[in-house]
Amino acid sequence: MRAGLLLWASVAGLAIASLLVGGAGFGIPDWLILWDIRVPRTALAILVGGGLGISGAVLQGALRNPLADPGLLGIGGCAAFGAILVFYWGISALFAPALPAGAMIGAALGCATLMAFAGQALSGPSLILAGIALSAFASAFIALALSLAPNPFALAEITFWLMGGLEDRSLSHLALAAPPILLGCAILLRLGRRLDALSLGESTAATLGLDVSRTLLLCCAGVTLAVGAGAAVAGGIGFVGLVVPHLLRPLVGQRPGAVLAPSLAGGAALLLGADLLARLAPLLLPLGSEPRLGVLTALLGAPFLVRIARQVAP
Amino acid sequence: MIALNGFSASLGGHAVLADIRFSAGPGEFVAICGPNGAGKTTFLRALAGLLPGSRRPDPREMAYVEQGARCAWNLTISEVAALGRLPYGDMNAAAITRALDSCGVRHLAERRIGEVSGGQARRAMLARAFATSPKALLLDEPVADLDPHAAHEILHLLASFAKAGGLVIAVLHAVDLAAAYATRMVVMAEGRIMADDAPLAALPAAAKCFGLELGEDRSPRLLYSRHLGEH
Repeated sequence: MRAGLLLWASVAGLAIASLLVGGAGFGIPDWLILWDIRVPRTALAILVGGGLGISGAVLQGALRNPLADPGLLGIGGCAAFGAILVFYWGISALFAPALPAGAMIGAALGCATLMAFAGQALSGPSLILAGIALSAFASAFIALALSLAPNPFALAEITFWLMGGLEDRSLSHLALAAPPILLGCAILLRLGRRLDALSLGESTAATLGLDVSRTLLLCCAGVTLAVGAGAAVAGGIGFVGLVVPHLLRPLVGQRPGAVLAPSLAGGAALLLGADLLARLAPLLLPLGSEPRLGVLTALLGAPFLVRIARQVAP
Repeated sequence: MIALNGFSASLGGHAVLADIRFSAGPGEFVAICGPNGAGKTTFLRALAGLLPGSRRPDPREMAYVEQGARCAWNLTISEVAALGRLPYGDMNAAAITRALDSCGVRHLAERRIGEVSGGQARRAMLARAFATSPKALLLDEPVADLDPHAAHEILHLLASFAKAGGLVIAVLHAVDLAAAYATRMVVMAEGRIMADDAPLAALPAAAKCFGLELGEDRSPRLLYSRHLGEH
């Protein structure tokens, strides 16, 4: 409980800092800048980060694997591919909601593939390998789309988007992404008991009265909404779902259900912090522009993967 | 209380259970014996309602502990036992404490299950089943990898559960242990029930399935010499 309060307090603190820090430095900005630039950016960092954090916690619980993460398992890649197809054919310019829809369809396909794999009682390592295969497949299709790009501008735009970021997002982006992310998080937050039961394995969970396939379906739906819509507005941002539950377990315990709500707050805090870092970096270091947010989270997250891999090695 | 009426099951076109007729009630401790691949686990899963076409018992009345049961996360032992309350959706502290007590792991309640011995972890998983306060326990190889002392303790616990009016159905590899503790023995081979009787009466059939010899005292004894001669 105390850990939860602390996490939400840090989300609030970071959100206030995020509203006060910009390209011009630290200070109270104009109303216009605050409302049209800082508020969407801050709110999106909270929503996207929270969605990624809780999605990671749910996937780890459902698949009983501490290495599960929407990015590592290829769900993020599939979402990116779905979004790129929409980009590519210019559908998103005609009809804005097509972008999150495309990303969510991609995420749903990736998620369903993985759950079908997991349903065949695959061991932990082979599930991760299946995720890597899915991820490679998505990357190959993305590369194909890039190599067939109609012009260098499209190429640059897609590449930039793939690296993830929250700069220059408007209130309309927020309006597009917030409903599906919030709905996804609401679905995922209610899965605690079901994930607790799954920690004994699918058979035993079923004898405890759990409807296993319905549970996996709900996981898929929630992760698809949260990760798909998040990817549509923020691009490729990885490792949040892996790192956050892992950091929180020593504080809140190992029970899968106990990690869910804190992971929502932790993901929001982590992405807010990383986004602040991205904005502060050009002020502190001789950089021409902000480092991409997805690049930062990967730089922070990849060493964690090594650490977790060492812990779970038999 | 629990019954199968002419149940059959196949895996990949291969019959693993053929026309199983079985029923058991309160106060019984049924040991399921038989060689590897006889269909014991499948039989138990059918009783637990885990096979297509089998009836799922009320989760509050039946607790199932699978072979080599483990917890995916490094929970504390009291958290593991608390999972047994999921069918009720409550955290009945009295039931959890009682389960920890009867399985002899109450003093380890706050230890993590990955940090205790194999036997203690096995008891913790059993405490999870007891915490449901079930009428029936279905256990797959509950003492398979335990030392003789720990095995006897767990079987003693199960026998007293049955004496108190519970039903225990356990897959047991050790025929001698089954004979010592169970009130009834089901001998299986090739997906069929070969014998279903009081342990002493079923022992000859069990011995035959395992290639064992019954000594003068009717205790099963391995026929090492015959196997060595054959191979």
